[in-house]
Amino acid sequence: MKMNGARILLECLKLEGVDTVFGYPGGTVINLYDELFSFKEIRHILPRHEQAGVHAADGFARATGKVGVAIATSGPGATNTITGIATAYMDSIPMVIITGQVPTALIGNDAFQEADIIGITRPCTKHNFLVKDVKDLATIVKKAFYIARTGRPGPVLIDLPKDVQIAQTEFKYPDTVEIRGYKPTVEGHPKQIEKAVSMMLHAKKPVIYVGGGVVLGDAGAELTELAERFGFPVTTTLMGLGSFPENNPLSLGLLGMHGTYYANMAISNCDLLIAVAARFDDRVTGKIATFAPHAKIIHIDVDPTSIKKNVRVDLPIVGDVREVLGKMLKVSEEQGDDVKQVKEAVGPWIAEIDGWKAKHPVTYQPSSTIIKPQYVIQRLRALSEPDAIVATDVGQHQMWTAQFFGFTKPRTLLSSGGLGTMGYGLPAAMGAQAGFPDRQVIVVVGDGGFQMNMQELATLVQNRLNVKIVILNNNFLGMVRQWQELFFDKRYSSTCMELPIDFVKLAEAFGATGLRADKTDQVDEVIKQGFATAGPVLMEFKVAREEKVLPMVPAGASLTEMVLAS
Amino acid sequence: MRHTIAVLVENEFGVLSRVVGLFSGRGFNIDSLTVAPTNDESLSRITVVTRGDEQIIEQITKQLNKLIDVIKVIDFEPENAIEREMALIKVSAEDDHRAEVLRVADIFRAKVIDVTPKSYTLEATGAPSKVDALLELLRPLGLKEVVRTGPVVIGRGAKGWRG
Ligand SMILES: Cc1ncc(C[n+]2csc(CCOP(=O)(O)OP(=O)(O)O)c2C)c(N)n1
Ligand SMILES: [Mg+2]
Repeated sequence: MKMNGARILLECLKLEGVDTVFGYPGGTVINLYDELFSFKEIRHILPRHEQAGVHAADGFARATGKVGVAIATSGPGATNTITGIATAYMDSIPMVIITGQVPTALIGNDAFQEADIIGITRPCTKHNFLVKDVKDLATIVKKAFYIARTGRPGPVLIDLPKDVQIAQTEFKYPDTVEIRGYKPTVEGHPKQIEKAVSMMLHAKKPVIYVGGGVVLGDAGAELTELAERFGFPVTTTLMGLGSFPENNPLSLGLLGMHGTYYANMAISNCDLLIAVAARFDDRVTGKIATFAPHAKIIHIDVDPTSIKKNVRVDLPIVGDVREVLGKMLKVSEEQGDDVKQVKEAVGPWIAEIDGWKAKHPVTYQPSSTIIKPQYVIQRLRALSEPDAIVATDVGQHQMWTAQFFGFTKPRTLLSSGGLGTMGYGLPAAMGAQAGFPDRQVIVVVGDGGFQMNMQELATLVQNRLNVKIVILNNNFLGMVRQWQELFFDKRYSSTCMELPIDFVKLAEAFGATGLRADKTDQVDEVIKQGFATAGPVLMEFKVAREEKVLPMVPAGASLTEMVLAS
Repeated sequence: MRHTIAVLVENEFGVLSRVVGLFSGRGFNIDSLTVAPTNDESLSRITVVTRGDEQIIEQITKQLNKLIDVIKVIDFEPENAIEREMALIKVSAEDDHRAEVLRVADIFRAKVIDVTPKSYTLEATGAPSKVDALLELLRPLGLKEVVRTGPVVIGRGAKGWRG
């Protein structure tokens, strides 16, 4: 059947299984929106800013595992998406972003609302496409989704000129695509996998270091089975949280800059480090020269460029993480007795780690009057549903959530790890709630970051996205203030927000519910009431203003040089 | 270490900027770069000369391979490859220098492609080191302008890379 480009795009989205998109209209997508008006199979959610629309698609993708889709108009609409795209790119989130473009005849003419979005997004997308002919559109959409979700996932942008949306052609969606320059390695090399298992069988002080790829690759179950079978301890990055249950005795929690004492000590003393779909970010390694100095390193990753980028690797395995871990399980199954032996052999190492756990647990100084932010996080865990999804913004509250919430399930933490984007949390939670209307979705956000996308309160109310917003209000750009306290002699340059905002009234102005707690004994009551109230709820907690996130490894220091909580 | 890397890419618009953007964005060096279509018209071949230690070169080839439009990356071993570049050289040639320029050109089998009473323009091809040597000899005689293509490279032996 003959259709116009706009309709073809929507039919393609439908065939890709897309049921929800986040988008903002404008001149160069008005034809697309006209088709959308009567296209009932796709739910369109209108954010109040394109950045938020892309973060919402990102949160949707992280929570559901599906490809997130966002739409923006050309020029300013497209440039507003950049932070969202870069955020998704750094964390390898599968997304397709569709931007309108000026008509092909005008491209390059500095036309009204023209931006070279292909040029601008080249370094922050996995790939991008400019559609010049409506006949190519269906194939390009097919390719875009395929590229976004396979290999190391990532955002793909399709720039769609207005005349291509209007032009008609026969619609046929290809069943498969063939991209000769794109063949991700899925299966790990069998010899390498055997070697890895053999190295594991000879380890005395092993640590498994898990990154976000285990969450994205849905390999949490395989990872947990492998760790338990060998009795090896597991530490995760911020992105990896949830892939290994933190209530498992083998869990060491977070490693790196704000990692636990025992995770960082284990890394610094281990003789075998098994890096699973992690990328040795500088926030994780600290000073590279002293990172895991005694360890042989096995690195499993789907992206060959991640391997040996920052650290030396003794045994690289390129492949899909679930596939590789599955094969390691199989290989080790045939070596049952040896596995039993190594489990025993690592006993003293586990005891050493337990000693570190006892010496410096993750802790803080409680208070019965002034609200400690860590306490709010602990109470959130206690009072929320077991499968609640928690989004965070970026700052101290993010680290406290990572340290104190205790994640046990994959895809329950949504956080901007790689780019560290303030303003991410609220729209990401919105996207997750759109994906799971019946699950509890909470966002923990700072007073600073909340103000970067607080306009989305309107989107929540309008679309009945019943996100529970938790603001840890220290009236500071707390994380930067912490650095200024520790490294700049308490010169709080531009980190005090000064103007006190009435967040409760703000919520009410948007038609949401606002609640506030000023004292420790009000925390439970506010959380309970917030969770029990229908619709979006904003809960403001006035927390201790100069609390620090500890432990902390100063930037560029070795992991053993931790500033600890007293 | 200097490396000459050949990159087979889709012959599509924007591909060159992806490759160049990769080098600039990640702080990799480009000493020279050439690009032209191949015998398979759907493909172009880029030859890039870069430098870095083993780990950097490994990153460069992996990152290039990761680009969707890149089909093949070959990091040529110098002993298994032949490199050639062309230079157009305008050199001043007056009085007693005129004969000397021609003598040097002859040794290097460079062709005279333009003549004026004050200058010769030479065309020279060869390995980059040969072009360097020629320029070294011409420099004292007065180089007016030098245009080099940067090297292209092909493997030794019977086997050919498609395209
Ligand atoms: C878009 C953006 N701008 C600036 C920063 C730098 N930054 C990191 S944390 C932070 C403070 C965040 O303050 P707030 O949202 O109140 O959270 P808190 O640290 O107080 O919990 C800042 C400014 C950033 N990460 N993102
Ligand atoms: Mg704050």
